[in-house]
Amino acid sequence: MSKQKLAEHTPGRKLFSSKSASIVVWVITLLWTVPTLGLFVTSFRPKQDVFLSGWWHFFTSPHFTLSNYDSVLFGKGDAGSVGGVIPYFLNSLAITLPAVIFPVVIATMAAYSLAWIRFRGSDALFFFIFALQIVPIQMSLIPLLQLFTGGAHIGTITLLPKLGIAGKLAGIWLPHTMFALPLAIYLLHNFISSLPRDLMEAAYVDGANHFVVFRRIVLPLSIPAIAAFGIFQFLWVWNDLLVALTFSGGTQNISPINAKLASLVGQWGSHWEILTAGAFVTIAVPLVVFFSLQRYFVRGLLAGSVK
Amino acid sequence: MNQVSFWSSNLPKIEQTLGAIAIFFAILGAIFYIAGKVNGRASRPIATFIFLGPAVLLLFVGLVVPAVKTILFSFKDASSIKFIGIKNYQWIIDNPEMHKVIWNTLLWILITPFATTALGLLLAIMLNRMKRESLPKSLLFMPMAISFVGASIIWQFVYNYAPEGQPQTGLLSAIARTLGFTPPNWILNQPLNTFLLMIIFIWVETGFAMVILSAAIKGVPDDIMEASALDGATGWRLFKGITFPMVRPTFIVVFATMVVTSLKLFDIVRTVTGGNFGTSVISNEMYSQIFVRFDTGRGSALAVILFVLVTPILIYNIRNLRRERTIS
Repeated sequence: MSKQKLAEHTPGRKLFSSKSASIVVWVITLLWTVPTLGLFVTSFRPKQDVFLSGWWHFFTSPHFTLSNYDSVLFGKGDAGSVGGVIPYFLNSLAITLPAVIFPVVIATMAAYSLAWIRFRGSDALFFFIFALQIVPIQMSLIPLLQLFTGGAHIGTITLLPKLGIAGKLAGIWLPHTMFALPLAIYLLHNFISSLPRDLMEAAYVDGANHFVVFRRIVLPLSIPAIAAFGIFQFLWVWNDLLVALTFSGGTQNISPINAKLASLVGQWGSHWEILTAGAFVTIAVPLVVFFSLQRYFVRGLLAGSVK
Repeated sequence: MNQVSFWSSNLPKIEQTLGAIAIFFAILGAIFYIAGKVNGRASRPIATFIFLGPAVLLLFVGLVVPAVKTILFSFKDASSIKFIGIKNYQWIIDNPEMHKVIWNTLLWILITPFATTALGLLLAIMLNRMKRESLPKSLLFMPMAISFVGASIIWQFVYNYAPEGQPQTGLLSAIARTLGFTPPNWILNQPLNTFLLMIIFIWVETGFAMVILSAAIKGVPDDIMEASALDGATGWRLFKGITFPMVRPTFIVVFATMVVTSLKLFDIVRTVTGGNFGTSVISNEMYSQIFVRFDTGRGSALAVILFVLVTPILIYNIRNLRRERTIS
């Protein structure tokens, strides 16, 4: 008997009507998917059609074109000087990779020490870091921007020289790293603190120091949680608008594709056919990342919290 | 496109990025190597310092100091030069526009967390009873991967409005017309528009709630379910007596996350209405004050109000976390 069959025969399952649940779920799923479908369909329709009829008419009178994607990707077509979004796409990658790697590594280290190198006040520190999740990012924008452009001073004493990274890539990596840490440390701490105590103690007894234990035991075993948070952070940074708008200082050379898209909404309010293609290009990467890695996402996020 | 200029302007970015990652790991490797050589009594504090130091420094510079500074700025004038007492707060209290903003924010945190978490739980329970759950699960979760900017463009094709006589390109308008109603101008219609924006948020976030809660439900041991089922518990009673109490901690975490996310909400309002037509919320107003009107004082005061609104959730969360820690 297959596993599925067995499950059906257990009394807990039998009591539910799985048919009505399936119908409700599929109806909601359909409702949830229709808006995205509309975007996808519209991005392949000629300009004329987009303006004259709703996207659902595509199914009765299909006119298919790739010219919208041509305009968006390579700046060709009738939308004037579009310029193509490929440079912005690269900007997004250049922003996202370090802004995922840095906080993941730093948070894993911090989570390890909070969980396994106990010291007076380590619990309090953990709660404090958890609490920092609540600080609205908007609160940090101005002071951080001032720090990047002017340094930190008390009276005439300079605590930190001006970093001079405003409007540079590093000026976007750093805020993303800072803002990611509270959640990252919290999630990774949940996971790392639930690693088997015997294993860790055996390693310490064998004379391994914390650096060895971290590299040889903690890192390999924490991959699910690290991957989960990594995906989360990837989606967050790739889809972010606020941090990018603030810290790119309007520099076109480093502004990410999402900010470009947002500005196009204003600029091309009437070019919906191109906006849809642009939107689809923007969401393609996170969708691919998400669909290929979603397994890890759930497994890792929950490993610590559900017993 | 000119090939030469394309590479000359984009290659440095790629180099910088890969270079920064390489340097980051090189420094880390060197520190680990050197610190690993230290033995004896100093090794423990040194390890603590190296593991925890970077995070603490970044959090201090990036969140703690700015939070304190923002509180100070909120008592200063537009360019943060002289103290003006509580005038910024006075301005918020006296300004009817700000009342609307705060009211909208309260609506957001009262409605959206409840809607997303409840719908997420409902879906999770029903998915648990289905045989093939992975496809609907992925499709429901998909909006989570889409940015709010992308989402706002997607929803344009739902909420778009055209005057009578012109072709309707918005799905909602078309449906309304098929059903025999005259569609309103959705996004301009107050207070309906705020709820329409909330629907976008719910569309994005429900998948997240569902996935987390679904995993929590799967974590409920089968024998408990079976035992209570044999005792005659069914449907609602089984849910109330067994399932919900078991997933309650996860439910609260998801709910609190949603409250915080909805409070910080910025992108949807910014891209769909720009905060016009009576849809603005505190975080959007804060952005406008600081970056459009260059009034750091008022913007900071709004930030502080936001912070005060979240504090109860924070306290509740920490109390929960404490209890959990003492149990395990």
